[in-house]
Amino acid sequence: MYNNIPLLSLAIWLPIAFGLLIMTVGNDKNAGAVRAFSLLGSLVSFAVTLPLYFGFDTSTANLQFVEKQDWIPAFGASYGLGVDGLSVWFVILTALITVFVVVAAWEVITEKVAQYMAAFLILSGLMIGVFTATDGLLFYVFFEATLIPMYIIVGVWGGPNRIYAAFKFFLYTLLGSLLTLVAIIYLQSKSGTFEIAAWHKLPLTMNEQLLIFVAFLMAFAVKVPMWPVHTWLPDAHVEAPTGGSVVLAAIMLKLGAYGFLRFSLPIAPDASHELAGFMITLSLIAVVYIGVVALVQQDMKKLVAYSSIAHMGFVTLGFFMFQDLAIQGAIIQMISHGFVSGAMFLCIGVLYDRVHSRDISAYGGVVNTMPKFAAFFLLFAMANSGLPATSGFVGEFMVILGAVKYNFWIGLLAATTLIFGAAYSLWMYKRVVFGAVANDDVKELTDLNKREFLMLAALAVFVMAMGLYPKPFTDVLQVSVDALLQHVAQSKI
Amino acid sequence: MNPLYLIVPFAPLLGSILAGFFGKQIGRAGAHTVTILGVAVSLVASILVFQDVMAGNTFNGTLYQWAVVGTLVFEVGFLIDSLTATMMLVVTSVSLMVHIYTIGYMKEDEGYQRFFSYISLFTFSMLMLVMSNNMLQLFFGWEAVGLVSYLLIGFWYTKPTAIYANLKAFLVNRVGDFGFILGIGLIMANTGSMNYTEVFAKSNELAALTFPGTDWPLLAVACICLFIGAMGKSAQFPLHVWLPDSMEGPTPISALIHAATMVTAGIFMVSRMSPLFELSDIALNFILVIGSITALFMGFLGIIQNDIKRVVAYSTLSQLGYMTVALGLSAYPVAIFHLMTHAFFKALLFLGAGSVIIGMHHDQDIRNMGGLWKHMPITWITSLLGSLALIGTPFFSGFYSKDSIIEAVQFSTLPAAGFAHFAVVAGVFITAFYSFRMYFLVFHGKERFHDAHHADHGHDDHGHHGPVKPHESPWVVTLPLVLLAIPSVIIGYIAVEPLLFGTFFKDVITVNPEHGAMGGLAGIFHGAAAMGTHALQTVPFWLAVAGVVSAAVCYLWLPVIPQTFYKVLKPIHTLLDNKYYMDKFNEVFFAGGARGLGKVLWQVGDRVLIDGLLVNGTAKLVGMISGVVRYAQSGFIYHYAFAMILGVLAMIITFITLN
Repeated sequence: MYNNIPLLSLAIWLPIAFGLLIMTVGNDKNAGAVRAFSLLGSLVSFAVTLPLYFGFDTSTANLQFVEKQDWIPAFGASYGLGVDGLSVWFVILTALITVFVVVAAWEVITEKVAQYMAAFLILSGLMIGVFTATDGLLFYVFFEATLIPMYIIVGVWGGPNRIYAAFKFFLYTLLGSLLTLVAIIYLQSKSGTFEIAAWHKLPLTMNEQLLIFVAFLMAFAVKVPMWPVHTWLPDAHVEAPTGGSVVLAAIMLKLGAYGFLRFSLPIAPDASHELAGFMITLSLIAVVYIGVVALVQQDMKKLVAYSSIAHMGFVTLGFFMFQDLAIQGAIIQMISHGFVSGAMFLCIGVLYDRVHSRDISAYGGVVNTMPKFAAFFLLFAMANSGLPATSGFVGEFMVILGAVKYNFWIGLLAATTLIFGAAYSLWMYKRVVFGAVANDDVKELTDLNKREFLMLAALAVFVMAMGLYPKPFTDVLQVSVDALLQHVAQSKI
Repeated sequence: MNPLYLIVPFAPLLGSILAGFFGKQIGRAGAHTVTILGVAVSLVASILVFQDVMAGNTFNGTLYQWAVVGTLVFEVGFLIDSLTATMMLVVTSVSLMVHIYTIGYMKEDEGYQRFFSYISLFTFSMLMLVMSNNMLQLFFGWEAVGLVSYLLIGFWYTKPTAIYANLKAFLVNRVGDFGFILGIGLIMANTGSMNYTEVFAKSNELAALTFPGTDWPLLAVACICLFIGAMGKSAQFPLHVWLPDSMEGPTPISALIHAATMVTAGIFMVSRMSPLFELSDIALNFILVIGSITALFMGFLGIIQNDIKRVVAYSTLSQLGYMTVALGLSAYPVAIFHLMTHAFFKALLFLGAGSVIIGMHHDQDIRNMGGLWKHMPITWITSLLGSLALIGTPFFSGFYSKDSIIEAVQFSTLPAAGFAHFAVVAGVFITAFYSFRMYFLVFHGKERFHDAHHADHGHDDHGHHGPVKPHESPWVVTLPLVLLAIPSVIIGYIAVEPLLFGTFFKDVITVNPEHGAMGGLAGIFHGAAAMGTHALQTVPFWLAVAGVVSAAVCYLWLPVIPQTFYKVLKPIHTLLDNKYYMDKFNEVFFAGGARGLGKVLWQVGDRVLIDGLLVNGTAKLVGMISGVVRYAQSGFIYHYAFAMILGVLAMIITFITLN
């Protein structure tokens, strides 16, 4: 029913077009109009992604909503788009999170409003491009292009140490993806095309697979980020403006994890099996090591940044056990983490906008002056520590069950997140929110305004709905994950 | 599906939502009306369901599918049988009493509506837990009651001790849940299902498996993991440490959550899973040892407490130990029986303690009380009845359940039964001693509140000041006391025969005939009345009497005795006063250890090694190399010319030597 409309192209280019338009005509004098128009742009862009869910056929693993145009025929590169169960939720999530980012910036960003809004709208389109590209070169272009708006967002609207953080973010991730370019070119030379689906079927020797796997790993591991290439994330988060942190945690990290599903596993299945132990080890280090490190953070944003790394550890852990329960759990964890970490950063942003400090020690007794905020913050902190009936539980639970099935001891290490996750989330919550009013800043806090309330309430609804009824997600994932697993089970040698 | 099944949990949820989200609009009276109405409806529905179950109508079905992954189906659904129906009755009836009581107890609190919302939410969660037909929903309820417990312990969120206690409670429970989820995982991995009935159908296959890579029986590992969950929730040694601190919460929730219902979730869970636990003697032995330790050693701590609520809290720990012992003996019906009687008399004791606290204007120190019987007659009588039930006075409810546990130990053939026997028998004396120590100090003897100095105000302090003149509490407080006193006295006599020796738990609880406790009990049972009269000739009864008399001697007639003991046995007192140093150990070793490790990993691992050496090190290296190479780019033409000449020279030499 939607076959005649290029929905995916719209999902990519609409926000970019809105962004470019805002950048050209908007300035700080017409900031009010810029905000309204940005909101309109993000809402329209979100609206065009909804048919992707309602029109999605859960019975097939084939790509849907496919578009294909020649791009550079000589190299076999094309403008090819399509989604399957693995990617469709991320398209919708990206567009949705962008709405939240626009709303969150409303009266907070007062300088260079047009550029700020434009950067996020353009970024949104580019990230959707990453999730929908069926052509390797196109994927790479989108993947790298996302760095530019984020680099600007951190570098321009960031905190005091933003230049260091922006550079670190840019160089770290760029360096990681250089080898990926080599791998993509190699795959093209071997197959004569940039079409990812063709690479899936391409026979490769073990050595080739290992090299390709490592080349992709460099890019994706940095992006996820996996231990030990995670240290850019806490810095970037701390310096980024609230919206930047939200997009970074909610969507950008998922680009890397998605890459594993689309490239590493299906293109190099034998290498994936060969290196599974290594990947699982890194993932478990992320869960345990980072969980402990998160505990001692003094800065709220850093704490949530570290908790993101630990949660993403669950995602990579789930991928490399080659099991439907674990992979579905991992993907659900990705989606849920988008909501929960996004909400956590928004909550911290709400406090930061009032007090201008991210230090846990600058707060105490916030509940006395901001009871509504405290209620939302508690819900998200609980979701962050994986409480059942919130989305945070679903993925973690599935991955832990899958891990116990795969190997009890891996499950045991993974399950420590129940303790660490609760410890760092709730200890922070206790120090920030509970207690008597700690200082004058806290005393003068005003509770959520209507805009903030709506924003957090909407996220709360998503978090709860996904926790109480995740079936729509597993239904969409089922066939695609099965197909992926079948593919990965077949040797290419 | 019978619509009543839905009404039971969702009526309290509705009340909770109304009181929670619209508290301001509906006001205080509105909030307590809707929540009490919700729970009352739930109680009535529970009674109807109970009758229905007695008539033979059980139910096992799905409410909705939560998620489907491959062949694995996660569901939310109900299993309604005699065990569930009993739990539903206990939960809703105690909850209703506590709801009514709260009107009086929280009268002056600012968070009135919020409190009602929380306790109704708790009731919903607990009902979903007991009504579940699968492990997923069990885990949902399990964590949800933990969440509400967290919210309620920290209800007075400006009190540092309260927000310390609620974090501690949540984290210690999470340690238990850590085991619990692994147990669920092991069972799911090997049966491919989370549904009780489907899992139990495969219990024999499970019992035949060994743990991968070892020759340990898999089921033993799985059952012990599940039981670790129970240890957290039901506060068994060494995960009991959170329960005494949970007394920082308002007293009504101490009665509802931390005595009558939530803490018995572990006991319920093991009984529910009896088809699995019955197949693993290793797990049963483990349970027996843990239960015995808890029953005995937590009782000791009750002796030296001076906070009225903490005495009752340690008594709860000890009684939970008794229930756990019953589980270890495979006497699941006895455990559930004790759970039920304990729910009534312990809720009564807590609410009685709360009434005393109100009467004492929020002083909780029993050393400042004395002679209250004159001033608070209803509280006095009901508390006396509750205490008598607790220590196992013949014909009182606690007697039937506790005596059955003590008797059952003798029929067990498990290796740990010897220790268990000593623990539960010795525990009788200790229980009687600390219960009546408190009773005498509070209700009898000299009225000490006149000269009590009030520098050190009680934990529940939120308002009153000025000279203390104890007074009886309002009817909303005393009515629940009276209503709870009735079952505390009679329910044992009525229920012992049908519950333990009838067909009540047939097909619901599985007992392996080799574990002889239930059979042995049936052999010596000759009716409730005979059991009561026979008890007069048994050791436990006289131990209880001795405990009461000792307490009277020490705390009414010769106070010099405990003072002498205190002086002579100072080290033991110090040990008990520090709760065997377990809190300190946890704080230093686990909490401090985790923080220390985190600091090291962060500062050394992330900052020095990864960021300092690898990331910024690479940047520095690049900078250094280019710094050196830069000298070659001097900008002077004669330098470049000289370099060219050198290059040409080198080439010429190379060509010549090569040729």
